[in-house]
Amino acid sequence: MEKKKFERPVIKKVQIGMPSKFGLKSEYAPIKEIDGVPVKDLIQQYGSPLYVFSEKTIRETYAEAYKAFSTRYPKVQFAWSYKTNYLNAICKVFHREGSWAEVVSGFEYEKALKNGVPGNQIIFNGPYKTKEDLVTAIKNHSYIHIDHYDEYYMLIDIAEELQLRPQVAVRVNMDTGIYPQWSRFGFNYENGEAWDIVQRILISNKMDLVGLHCHIGTYIMVPWAYSTAMNKLIDLFLGIEKKFNKHLQYIDIGGGFASKNTLKGAYLPGTDTCPTFDQYADSITSTLINSSINIEHLPTLILETGRGLIDDAGYLLGTVHATKRLPDGKNSYITDIGVNLLFTSFWYDYKITPAQEFGPYTEESVVYGPLCMNIDVLREYVQLPPMKKGDHFVISRIGAYNNTQWMQFIMYRPNVVLIDTDKKTHIIRKKENYETFAIQEQIPEHLK
Amino acid sequence: MKLKQKLAISDSGFIFDPTTGESFSINQEGLTILQLLKEGKTEEEIKKIFLNEYDVDETVLDRSILDFISMLKNYNLIENGE
Amino acid sequence: MENNICIAVSGLNATDNPGPGVPVARALRESKSFGNARLIGLAYENLEPGIYMPGIVDKTYQVPYPSVGSENLIKRIEYIHEKENIKVLIPNFDAELHAFINNEKRLKDIGIATFLPTIQQYEERHKANLPEFGKKYNVLVPKSMNITSANDIAKISSAFNYPVLIKGKFYDAYVAFNDEQAIMHFNKISSKWGVPIIVQEFIRGTEVNVIALGDGKGNTYAAVPMRKLYITDKGKAWSGISIDDEKLLELTHHIINSTKWRGGMELELIKTNDNKYYLLEINPRIPAWVYFAVGVGQNIPETLVKLALNMPVEPFESYDIGTMFIRYSWDLIVPMEKFQILSTLGEIEND
Repeated sequence: MEKKKFERPVIKKVQIGMPSKFGLKSEYAPIKEIDGVPVKDLIQQYGSPLYVFSEKTIRETYAEAYKAFSTRYPKVQFAWSYKTNYLNAICKVFHREGSWAEVVSGFEYEKALKNGVPGNQIIFNGPYKTKEDLVTAIKNHSYIHIDHYDEYYMLIDIAEELQLRPQVAVRVNMDTGIYPQWSRFGFNYENGEAWDIVQRILISNKMDLVGLHCHIGTYIMVPWAYSTAMNKLIDLFLGIEKKFNKHLQYIDIGGGFASKNTLKGAYLPGTDTCPTFDQYADSITSTLINSSINIEHLPTLILETGRGLIDDAGYLLGTVHATKRLPDGKNSYITDIGVNLLFTSFWYDYKITPAQEFGPYTEESVVYGPLCMNIDVLREYVQLPPMKKGDHFVISRIGAYNNTQWMQFIMYRPNVVLIDTDKKTHIIRKKENYETFAIQEQIPEHLK
Repeated sequence: MKLKQKLAISDSGFIFDPTTGESFSINQEGLTILQLLKEGKTEEEIKKIFLNEYDVDETVLDRSILDFISMLKNYNLIENGE
Repeated sequence: MENNICIAVSGLNATDNPGPGVPVARALRESKSFGNARLIGLAYENLEPGIYMPGIVDKTYQVPYPSVGSENLIKRIEYIHEKENIKVLIPNFDAELHAFINNEKRLKDIGIATFLPTIQQYEERHKANLPEFGKKYNVLVPKSMNITSANDIAKISSAFNYPVLIKGKFYDAYVAFNDEQAIMHFNKISSKWGVPIIVQEFIRGTEVNVIALGDGKGNTYAAVPMRKLYITDKGKAWSGISIDDEKLLELTHHIINSTKWRGGMELELIKTNDNKYYLLEINPRIPAWVYFAVGVGQNIPETLVKLALNMPVEPFESYDIGTMFIRYSWDLIVPMEKFQILSTLGEIEND
C-alpha cells in the first residue's frame, strides 16, 4: 500500500472577524520546477541555498520591453544597468540581446570592457568617477554623464592633457511630482543649473555634448512621472537647438521601472499595481513624439532599466533547517537564506513558495535566516502551508540587486546557476570556499 | 494525555471547545491525532499508526507530534492535571 | 430578460462601519424587476452579518482578500460562476474595486457583467489626486498634500493651518490639531492601509453627501442629496435627511457629465457658510446608505443592474424631500453550525 504524504499536524484558532483561509482552495501552487528543471534536482546538484536565473525569462522580458518601446518610437537603445546584476553571464545575455552597458564605477567599467562591450557602447554614470576612470573612458570614446561641476572641470583638464574630445551628456535632476525627489545626482533643472552647465560645455568647446540624461528615482509606480521628466529634458533639448543650432544624439531617461514585487507597507500586491512596460513606454514616447522636436532630429531614446528586466528571472532556492514554535504560539522557520543573501528583503515582502505539494491549510509563520542576528528575518508575517525540516522553498523575483549587494557574512556565498534556453544548467558563479578569502588575506610576520 | 472531554470534533476539521467558546480549525493530520486521542490512544500508539500510514521518518514525526501537542496545551485543549 | 437571474454582491459587513452589500441586496429584493433574482453574497470574513441575515442573500461564498492578489480573487469568482452562473457582479468593498475594474473584460468574457468606473476614472478621483481632479473638472477642492513618511509631518505647519485632516488611501480620516496628533494618525493609518497618507485642509461648514449613478456616457441616472444628521465615532452616517439642493444636484450632474462617470458613486462635500461646495471625496461605488435612496424613490441598485445588462431604463427625475433614515442595530440569533459550515467549507446556503 502506498503511504500517504505527511504534512505537519497543525491547529489554529478560527479568527473571529479575520478572514479564515481554511476551506478555501490554496492561494497558490507549489513551484516544483524552474523552466522545466526540478527544484529538487537543482538543490541536489548545486546545494542549498542556490540562486537560479532563467535565461528564457531574461530574453523574454527584454523582448517585451524592447517591443513596447520600439513599436512606439523609431530609435531605441537599452543599456544594461550593471549595478542591478553584474554577474558576467547575466550581462552577456543582455549584450547578446543588443543592450549597451551602463556603469557607475571603475570596477563596473572594467567588467563591461572585459565582457566585450565596445567603448562607444558604454555609458558611464555616477557621482564618483576618478581621474583614471575618466581617462580610460575618454580614450575608449565612452559616454560620460557629468554629475557635478568638479567633474566638468576635471574633464576639461584631462581633455587638454590628452588632446581628446570627451563625449559627454549632462545628468539632470528635477521635480517630477513624485516623492522622494532625487536631487543629489546631476544638475537641477528648476533652478537653471542644468541649462548653465549645458551652456558652459557648448561655449568652452572642449568636449562634445551628445545627450541629456535623467533618472528620476527607483520603483516608480506612476508612468506619468516619466512624461513630466521627458518634458523638462525636451525643453533643454529645444533650448540647445535654438541657441546653439545643435541637435543632440540622445536622451537617456534612465531606469526606475517597478517590478512586480510587493513593497513592505503596500496593501495591494505588486502583481496588481505594477505598471506594464507598455504603460511606461506610452508615457515616455508619446511625450517625445508629441513634442516640437523636428522629426529629422529625433534623438535616440536610451533606457537604463535594470530591476524591471531582471527581477522576474531570478530565484533563490532554500531549505527549511528547523521549525520552531515561538513563545506566543506562532510558528517560525529557520532557513538557510539570510538577509545577507537577500538584501532586498529589507524593503520587499517576498513571495515564498514551497517546492513540494501542500494541502489547503496555511498557518501564520515567521521566516528567519540562519544568521545569529535578530534582524535576520525574511518575512515577519506570512501565511504558509506547514513545511517541515528538509522541505525546500522558492523565493521568486529576486534577480535585481541581490547578487551585487549581497554580503559575505559568517558563511560562504552559494552557487549561482543559469538555466539556458535548452534547459541546461550552468554554474555562473561558484560557491565560495576558504581559499576565496584566504587568498586576499595576509598575516604579518610577527603573527605567523 | 487526555483531551478535554467536552471538546466537539467535527469530521470537517472544526473543533469547538464549549467550555470557552473558542473554535479551531485543523488539518487532516491534526484531526487524525485528535480523533485517536479521543479514542484513548497513547502517544506511542498514535506514532505507530502514523508510521504505518504516512510516508514520514520517525524523527520528523516525533518532532511534529511534540509541537502539535504543545499547541493543544497552549490552547488549553488538554485535561488539567496531565 | 428573465428576472430570476443570479446577482453577486460583496460587502455584507453590516456592522458599525457598514459595507453597502446588505442594503444593495435589500434594494434588489424589493425591486420590481429582480425581486426573484438569486442573490449570492461574497464575504471576506466569516462574521459578516449579511451572511446570516434572513431574506438577504441566498448563498454566501467566502472570497480571498484582494491583498493576496487579484488573481486569487478572480479565480474564486470563476469557481463560483461555474456553480451559480452569475449575470451581474456588484462589488461593494473599496479595496477590491481595483481588481474588479482591471478584470472587467475577463469577467465579461465568461458572462459576468459589472458596471464600474473605468480605471482612469477610478485613479483620477483618488483622494491623493483630488487637487488635479479639481483643476481638470473645475470643481472646488480643499488644499491637500500627500506624504509617505512620518518625517514629512514637519512640513504640515508651513503649508497648512491646523487643524488638518489625516486620511488613508482607502479608509479612515482623523482630525489632527498638532504635529503629535498627525504623527499618531499617520502611524495608525499607514500601518493599516499603506502610504501615501493625505493631509487635507480642514474646511468649515456643513457636510453634505450625494449618492449618484452615471451611465458612462455623461448622463446622471440617479442622484439623491442627503445631509447627515448623526455621525458615529467612526464618521459613518447613523441618520440623515434628504434635502432639496438644486446647486448640489447641478454640481453632481456636472461631475458625472464631465468625467463620463460609469457606475454608482458617493460625493462627499462641505457646504461653507458662503454657499461654496468643496468636494472632499468621491467614493467610486454605491455607499452604505443606498437603501435611503430606494426609500425616497430611486432604486439605484435596480437601475445599475439594468444598465449593466443593457436593459432599457429611464433616469430618475425626483425623490422625496425631507425624508429621514435612522439606522439601528439588531441582534441576530445564529446556530453555531452555520458559522462552522462557512468556516470549514467556505460557502453556506442561507435558509
